[in-house]
Amino acid sequence: MTVMEQRGAYRPTPPPAWQPRTDPAPLLPDALPYRVLGTDAAADADPALLRRLYAELVRGRRYNTQATALTKQGRLAVYPSSTGQEACEVAAALVLEDRDWLFPSYRDTLAAVARGLDPVQALTLLRGDWHTGYDPREHRVAPLCTPLATQLPHAVGLAHAARLKGDDVVALALVGDGGTSEGDFHEALNFAAVWQAPVVFLVQNNGFAISVRLEKQTAAPSLAHKAVGYGMPGRLVDGNDAVAVHQVLAGAVAHARAGGGPTLVEAVTYRIDAHTNADDATRYRVDAEVETWRAHDPIVLLEHELTERGLLDEDGVRAARDAAETMAADLRERMNQDPVLDPMDLFAHVYAEPTPQLREQEALLRAELAAEREGAQ
Amino acid sequence: MTTVALKPATMAQALTRALCDAMTADLTVHVMGEDVGTLGGVFRVTDGLAEEFGEDRVTDTPLAEAGILGTAVGMAMYGLRPVVEMQFDAFAYPAFEQLISHVARMRNRTRGAMPLPITIRVPYGGGIGGVEHHSDSSEAYYMATPGLHVVMPATVADAYGLLRAAIASDDPVVFLEPKRLYWSKDAWNPEEPQAVEPIGRAVVRRAGRSATLLTYGPSVPVCLEAAEAATAEGWDLEVVDLRSLVPFDDETVAASVRRTGRAVVVHESGSYGGPGGEIAARVTERCFHHLEAPVLRVAGFDIPYPPPMLERHHLPGVDRILDAVGRLQWEAEN
Repeated sequence: MTVMEQRGAYRPTPPPAWQPRTDPAPLLPDALPYRVLGTDAAADADPALLRRLYAELVRGRRYNTQATALTKQGRLAVYPSSTGQEACEVAAALVLEDRDWLFPSYRDTLAAVARGLDPVQALTLLRGDWHTGYDPREHRVAPLCTPLATQLPHAVGLAHAARLKGDDVVALALVGDGGTSEGDFHEALNFAAVWQAPVVFLVQNNGFAISVRLEKQTAAPSLAHKAVGYGMPGRLVDGNDAVAVHQVLAGAVAHARAGGGPTLVEAVTYRIDAHTNADDATRYRVDAEVETWRAHDPIVLLEHELTERGLLDEDGVRAARDAAETMAADLRERMNQDPVLDPMDLFAHVYAEPTPQLREQEALLRAELAAEREGAQ
Repeated sequence: MTTVALKPATMAQALTRALCDAMTADLTVHVMGEDVGTLGGVFRVTDGLAEEFGEDRVTDTPLAEAGILGTAVGMAMYGLRPVVEMQFDAFAYPAFEQLISHVARMRNRTRGAMPLPITIRVPYGGGIGGVEHHSDSSEAYYMATPGLHVVMPATVADAYGLLRAAIASDDPVVFLEPKRLYWSKDAWNPEEPQAVEPIGRAVVRRAGRSATLLTYGPSVPVCLEAAEAATAEGWDLEVVDLRSLVPFDDETVAASVRRTGRAVVVHESGSYGGPGGEIAARVTERCFHHLEAPVLRVAGFDIPYPPPMLERHHLPGVDRILDAVGRLQWEAEN
């Protein structure tokens, strides 16, 4: 009997290997970004955490304005400001234990500083005296990554290796909304989910990939939705609500540490400044839009909560600002000193043992430098 | 033991042995890549390793070369020594950003604080009748990237010795395995592998007086064959197996060319912008007054790797090498 002759009696059956899929609903993000500040849930927030977040936000904002000022003085080659995004930066740093690892992108200097890095060392990439001005192992902060999303697989590999070694370590990787279009974003999430690696991805959706808006970046309902296809939970959070970002990240970190695997968190925020000091943001957005986001400022939101609960008064505000000023003054003073560079460092760290070819070139430079010194005398 | 010594081993077996010994000697060595586990690799180079060392150390990864190399970076950052397999030369291209932007320069950008001891095994080159994207010679891309070592064995003993050295290296090593030599055999004892010259040294495979063939990887046996054939023409050719393009052994190469006064560089990757140009320039800079003729190149054509039914016309063979050797009587002709 042919298939045609079976018509009517034929009932399609699933292919032999087919299994009913598990409900993806637990992986789906909420429709609206999770918020704490301005809601009843805020009352439960730990006062010590609120105060710490506030101090770091104020310091972080000042760091952003100071670094931007340094570009105008020519002290920094470029600075991609995270003004407006400080809640994400600070929460990402504070949610981690010392043994955990942070994988920042080029805009995340502030997260590295909030994690404890020397503010000057964190800026060497942008000043131009060296690519990475710190030992990544010291604070467990990977080098600031300029290529988009390429640091994400590193975070996955590191978290995977830590788990293989039996270490209780979580990696938190930062990426922007534009970075989610890169192939490495996809591959990192896929590896993380397949390996159940203890890693958390934080997308800071600041609305723009330089000038390109999110709707030209993705057709997904949200960037957090992208998690579902990999088999990991996606969480959507208000990126200007430091308490909410901290809570969501803390949950994701705890989930990863407990062996639950990776989480993708999308923090919805806004880049108040231009992409960098070299960018003209007026070409692709209007001031009115920026102003609506200024009204939703992460510092104002938190300050309001602290004040309402009687945890902050004028003296407290002044103390936070004074501490930030001290940091800024120190940063300014140290950045205004010319770094002392040794040109021979060019050859110092290409290979463990320089190749014979590099030794020849090293000798050439040494001779040139000697001739320069002689000429100067 | 003795019976093993008498049984010839293939290059693929020597590579397997090297991986096995490296993993036994150092618990931080991890093998990863597409199909390296259960299947033992498409060329069976990782055969048996998953059973021996478990899935945690011999990992079948998702099919994603950037992901394989990118996660290997993170693993190396945490103190492991990943050995990744790229399966085929042209399949490695999606991983180039990771290779060039991170693997090659992590030591440099962190001022030595974060070296990456990663070995990237790439089955490479043509001559096995592979279809498109399975036969590229990609060494020029790698050797143009500072921070990488670029190594290619041509003998069974070197396959073992160089791979052990690559895995032990604190720097990233692109380890190019000539596919068509995987099944080449040699009397080699896997139980007692002898030491080989370290990475960065070239080896004279055949001593000769009248000209030097400078070659590496899959072209080494072809050059040896050409050298034998050339004796009929009265040429006594020296064959130097470079073994490593980075670092490059200028000393051995220059010493040979100074002895013979003539040199031909032989490789199967393209000529224009290929390794031969660099090698010829280095030889000329060092041996100009010893040269009796220009340094010639015998290379693959400057074309995308051809379909398998035509590849024999593309790959430098004995006749093309002998023709170049004939042209080394340059002075007499001009």
